[in-house]
Amino acid sequence: MATATMTAGSTAPEPSGPRPKRLTADRVGLYVFLVIAAAFFLLPMYVMIVTSLKPMSEIRLGNIFSLPEAWTIEPWLQAWNSACTGLNCGGIKVGFWNSIRILVPSVIISIFVGALTGYALSLWRARGSNLLFAVLLLGAFLPYQVFIYPLVRIYSSVGIYGTMAGIVVTHTIFGLPLMTLLFRNYYASLPIELFKAARVDGGGFWAIFFRLMLPMSTPIIIVAVILQVTGIWNDFLFGVVFAGRENLPMTVQLNNIVNSTQGEKLYNVNMAATILTALVPLVVYFVSGRWFVRGIAAGAVKG
Amino acid sequence: MATVSIRDLEIDFGTIKVLKTLNLEIGEGEFIVLLGPSGCGKSTLLNAVAGLLDVTAGQIWIGGKNVTWEEPKDRGIGMVFQSYALYPRMSVRGNLSFGLKMARTPHEEIEKRVAKASKILQIEPLLDRKPAELSGGQRQRVAIGRALVRDVDVFLFDEPLSNLDAKLRTELRVEIKRLHHELGSTMIYVTHDQIEALTLADRIAVMNGGVIQQLASPKEIYRRPVNRFVAGFVGSPSMNFVDGTLKMDADGAGFVLSDGTRLSLAGYEFAGTPKDGQAATLGIRPEQVDLVKTSDDATVLPIKLTMLEPMGADSLVWGHVSGTQFSVRIDGEDHVATPATVDAFFSPSQSSIFDKASGARL
Repeated sequence: MATATMTAGSTAPEPSGPRPKRLTADRVGLYVFLVIAAAFFLLPMYVMIVTSLKPMSEIRLGNIFSLPEAWTIEPWLQAWNSACTGLNCGGIKVGFWNSIRILVPSVIISIFVGALTGYALSLWRARGSNLLFAVLLLGAFLPYQVFIYPLVRIYSSVGIYGTMAGIVVTHTIFGLPLMTLLFRNYYASLPIELFKAARVDGGGFWAIFFRLMLPMSTPIIIVAVILQVTGIWNDFLFGVVFAGRENLPMTVQLNNIVNSTQGEKLYNVNMAATILTALVPLVVYFVSGRWFVRGIAAGAVKG
Repeated sequence: MATVSIRDLEIDFGTIKVLKTLNLEIGEGEFIVLLGPSGCGKSTLLNAVAGLLDVTAGQIWIGGKNVTWEEPKDRGIGMVFQSYALYPRMSVRGNLSFGLKMARTPHEEIEKRVAKASKILQIEPLLDRKPAELSGGQRQRVAIGRALVRDVDVFLFDEPLSNLDAKLRTELRVEIKRLHHELGSTMIYVTHDQIEALTLADRIAVMNGGVIQQLASPKEIYRRPVNRFVAGFVGSPSMNFVDGTLKMDADGAGFVLSDGTRLSLAGYEFAGTPKDGQAATLGIRPEQVDLVKTSDDATVLPIKLTMLEPMGADSLVWGHVSGTQFSVRIDGEDHVATPATVDAFFSPSQSSIFDKASGARL
């Protein structure tokens, strides 16, 4: 490679084979920018990890960027097992399991309902389906806070306020606009002949959905799972309002741990608890990079 | 086997009238081809027969039963689509048996019918493959098989061969014709390919603008098109059209070109009584013209030849007749010198004459 370019130095080389890759000025600028941007966003992460691995004695010195001199995982164990919120000292694991118990049914139900609605709206095209879809989309743009008071009243009158059912229903309802949009667009992009063929073959509404459409939906289901898992896991507002004292999700519990201090503020425990809480979405992002981008692209409205 | 009868059918999409009071009677076991350019309403008509589209007015009868409001599955039809529309996550066997499962057919019966259909279509080795693992021709066979297993009375084909390459298209065309002979089912076939129409059909319905222009046997459509649209649409290369006026005088019927040349129309059978001086269009197919005189009653047609286009079995000679472009088909072995002005010959009885204003056959 090096000899080839050297011999070609005097006379212009005859173009042949793959075009040589050159590092141009704009490329260099781009990489410099990307490195700086990455460093900017990774720095807090670095501080958190480093702090969570230091004993409090080192933290008090105030060198937040320095590596720990005495490495310890004690803060992590403490955060998981015995960090206190008020008088309960069960650690953040209580919140973790609460979040899991909220997450699993909420993700499954919201995706199922969204897929069904999207399927009905895109393929069966009942009268007024476009209007219904527009109204549904409008729901995605209204601030959640507007709904809280009416929902609290509705839930308490049907007796699910402050229960697991209440929080799952809430996540399902608020996931509906995005999930419907996602699945409607996906089904609208499939060849319509597939649906016609299934109807000629005698498939009804449910048979076509379960036997034909759902098995074909794997890509969009993965996207939906990513969006819903991160969205529901990161939720704080609905958790604190609707989940009830027994089912507070991890985000709410993290807030309680960080904000309720007796005596010294245990920065290392707080950092560890925060990383633990952020771990699930973080893992989802890392594992699903390609799909996640596809999910963003799938948000565009199609005919 | 069933008759299909379409009575005063109208279909609107919003304010656009796609089909205008359409009537069509299809006999038992008949192979009907709906032929027309894109947007002529042929696929719309097929979808309406299948029950995939609500009609605005009129009725559809299949097998002596009014099915206008019936679901597609209750109409006794099977449909084959241009894009194959195979269920991608099911094996070929799953694709074939889906309709039967929906109809709650007993398991053994499904096995039997799938075996029979796959034998007819020679897709037995493919039964456990997924559609993605099949070639275009194999996919279309499976799509036909899906209609076949359900033992339907009427097969609907929506441009089934348009996605295939030329060689496969010819193969499957023959296959479909064979299938029609074997099954004797009524078949309605939509295409914009006139070769498919001419080779497959018992009768062709040439459609344009939501109206059936002509419903007749392929031969009749080709030989005696009822109007200029049909004449121009069917046939490749297209029919030659030369404008002029009719001249009825002592010498009989004549056609006067714009440069004053008078062509004798002796032997042409007029549909009505032609008027003297009427503006008209003379239509002659490229193969109906000879550059050598073959019979005594042939009319002389002076033609300015400009270019020769060899196409293998035959060649096309391009030229002008009284300023209008004109083509003549000659044997591939023959050679003519171009440019040259020669006398060509045609037989008026084979040609077509259309009213210039309405386009209707005279």
